[in-house]
Amino acid sequence: MNEEPLLSVQGLEKHFPVTKGLLQRQVGAVRAVDGISFDVRKGETLGLVGESGCGKTTTGRLITRLIEPSAGKIVYAGQDITHMSQGRLRPLRRDVQMIFQDPYSSLNPRHTVGAIVGAPFRIQGIKTEQGTKKAVQGILELVGLNPEHYNRYPHEFSGGQRQRIGIARTLALKPKLIIADEPVSALDVSIQAQVVNLLEDLQGELDLTYVVIAHDLSVVRHISDRVAVMYLGKIVEIADRKGLYESPMHPYTNALLSAVPIPDPKRRKERERIRLQGDVPSPLNPPPACRFHTRCWKAQEICTQVEPPLETLAPGHQVACHFPENAPGLAGGLADGVSGGAASAGAVPAGTDPA
Amino acid sequence: MSFLELKDLRIHFPTDDGLVKSVDGLSFTLERGRTLGIVGESGSGKSVTSLGILGLHKGGRARISGEIWLDGEELVGASQEHVRTLRGKKMAMIFQDPLSAMHPFYTVGDQIIEAYRIHNDVSKKVARKHAIDMLGRVGIPQPARRVDSYPHEFSGGMRQRAMIAMALSCDPELLIADEPTTALDVTVQAQILDLMRDLQRDFDAALIVITHDLGVVAELSDDILVMYGGKCVEYGTSDDIFERPEHPYTWGLLGSMPRLDREPTERLMPIKGSPPSLINVPSGCAFHPRCAFEERTAGLAKVEVPELRETEGGHLVRCHLPAERRRAIWRNEIKPNLEAS
Ligand SMILES: Nc1ncnc2c1ncn2[C@@H]1O[C@H](COP(=O)(O)OP(=O)(O)OP(=O)(O)O)[C@@H](O)[C@H]1O
Ligand SMILES: Nc1ncnc2c1ncn2[C@@H]1O[C@H](COP(=O)(O)OP(=O)(O)OP(=O)(O)O)[C@@H](O)[C@H]1O
Ligand code: SF4
Ligand code: SF4
Ligand SMILES: [Mg+2]
Ligand SMILES: [Mg+2]
Repeated sequence: MNEEPLLSVQGLEKHFPVTKGLLQRQVGAVRAVDGISFDVRKGETLGLVGESGCGKTTTGRLITRLIEPSAGKIVYAGQDITHMSQGRLRPLRRDVQMIFQDPYSSLNPRHTVGAIVGAPFRIQGIKTEQGTKKAVQGILELVGLNPEHYNRYPHEFSGGQRQRIGIARTLALKPKLIIADEPVSALDVSIQAQVVNLLEDLQGELDLTYVVIAHDLSVVRHISDRVAVMYLGKIVEIADRKGLYESPMHPYTNALLSAVPIPDPKRRKERERIRLQGDVPSPLNPPPACRFHTRCWKAQEICTQVEPPLETLAPGHQVACHFPENAPGLAGGLADGVSGGAASAGAVPAGTDPA
Repeated sequence: MSFLELKDLRIHFPTDDGLVKSVDGLSFTLERGRTLGIVGESGSGKSVTSLGILGLHKGGRARISGEIWLDGEELVGASQEHVRTLRGKKMAMIFQDPLSAMHPFYTVGDQIIEAYRIHNDVSKKVARKHAIDMLGRVGIPQPARRVDSYPHEFSGGMRQRAMIAMALSCDPELLIADEPTTALDVTVQAQILDLMRDLQRDFDAALIVITHDLGVVAELSDDILVMYGGKCVEYGTSDDIFERPEHPYTWGLLGSMPRLDREPTERLMPIKGSPPSLINVPSGCAFHPRCAFEERTAGLAKVEVPELRETEGGHLVRCHLPAERRRAIWRNEIKPNLEAS
């Protein structure tokens, strides 16, 4: 338990400036990631879920140092890499790799599969052309592609095969930590399952650690050991899979889970649903204090004034909410003690503006 | 006669690479007040079918044959002008991407007003009031103010609502929704699915929902049609498809999907390979290169296209395996694997 995490993120922030006019005067900032902290242990899979624009991809790009953080700290294998120079970062760069969402645009259409997957070997200059070919074919086989595909071009492959090529390219670098950003969301269900199985097999064989970013809660449950839920640039809940899916504490997590359509026609009558009103507010101007209060059916006065800290409410289960659900020993007691001004926008009927 | 009936519909596109058989012999019926879900992988012909019903391939290079009967009228042979007069009032469509279906330079209200006035001889003022009503019904907050907004001023969920308002403004009898929630977040998707269910009840329209998401289909549909390579491979009630599916492709779809309502199983059961080319469609059963049960048809699947046959009470399956064999496979080999380990 007290083994040092492979990756530790502390108070990480990314604010994108919003500029206006000829002089590019800064008029505001998109608070894409706004102070998040979490650890990833060696060999585990951490799932990162949340709705569009909540900052998942930005988090991934920060961890892989593709963009500079505005504040906070990233510690990889005990080393603070937050502001490490590109030169010093180079050996670590290979360790931490990202798999991208779009299997179509992330591969150079003019390069053969052999060139794409083999590039890391050539850059490292360690191998002869024969040796490279052999190594690449080995990796192609590992990801379930035919080694004879070596001289083919990306457009000759289906979406699932292209995603495999992207995974093969990533594996060629022998990474230890892989950030997979929506690795299956562009694929058909039948192909999604192939890629999900592949990622799981590779993890076992190559001792990989994953951060899997996805908006599909069923896929995330399937592959993750622990799951972090983001809302508007913040982590609102983080727990192991069982804790998060079986006793979710944050109202937003509860709403997300109950919104997932279940492929069982019988269940549509029985299921009790939480229906949120409105859309996710803009990260340009996020609601103060608890960012979820404009849509939360449990919101009270205090939620609009005091930001709830991310606190450990059960072993390994952290939640940022004043009135959590399913919290052991709390059982709604807190909620009863506070008489708020019922700013409960979630309870407002359809047709009124929740904002 | 059914309200909507497709008979052996074929929609083929000549291209430089060959003839693309996007829809290849599709037949089904749909009554008023019922919802048909069409599922299938990318490229299976779902959108081409819906555009075909609306007559939107007319005048293009598509080769269309077969019959489409809507409320006693045949549409494949009808003129482009005539079908145009039916769009909006008789039948309407909700597209996946509302931005591409709405004009960016006109306000949402003006677009609904215009659509309404094409089919209804009313003043602008009356039409405007109707537009505000419709926006309110689909849950747009402060509709009297929002009616003058431009599409880009709406969030994704609001745009989808506005498009639904536009599609429903002339009270269509047939509504086709092509991936109506695919671009939306899950909490907003849930709102839109609720809305579509309520509206269908109020308007008593016939609804076709096209999607690749079996969850969405289960939420909305009375009947389900599973498409593969331009053909229907299985058709039945929701219960038929989810409780006693008989086609190996349907089994594959169900086995590929991680589900929140079940224990997380150790492994998913994907379908091997990838979807078929529609130019060089595999011989015989188009699914045979990916089918785990192909050997059990003694080579027949490679050479002969199986027919869509009734297995029980309106449940149709396109597979050479005898019905008893399929049911035994489902019961003994597939279903136990889908349930939690
Ligand atoms: N380079 C940038 N400049 C300005 N704003 C940005 C930039 N990159 C991202 N953003 C904004 O930051 C927020 C978070 O974006 P991000 O891409 O991380 O979201 P996400 O959770 O990955 O969403 P999705 O599920 O849609 O991929 C969004 O509001 C986005 O518009
Ligand atoms: N105008 C056209 N010319 C040539 N081929 C076409 C044309 N329109 C569609 N197709 C082809 O027809 C097939 C079916 O397309 P369709 O859009 O119906 O698929 P779909 O089932 O809706 O898929 P998706 O889930 O990706 O939307 C595809 O292979 C597509 O490339
Ligand atoms: S109860 Fe209050 S603190 Fe908790 S999520 Fe709702 S608004 Fe936020
Ligand atoms: S006909 Fe044969 S190949 Fe086709 S689905 Fe049935 S068993 Fe599989
Ligand atoms: Mg993203
Ligand atoms: Mg389509």
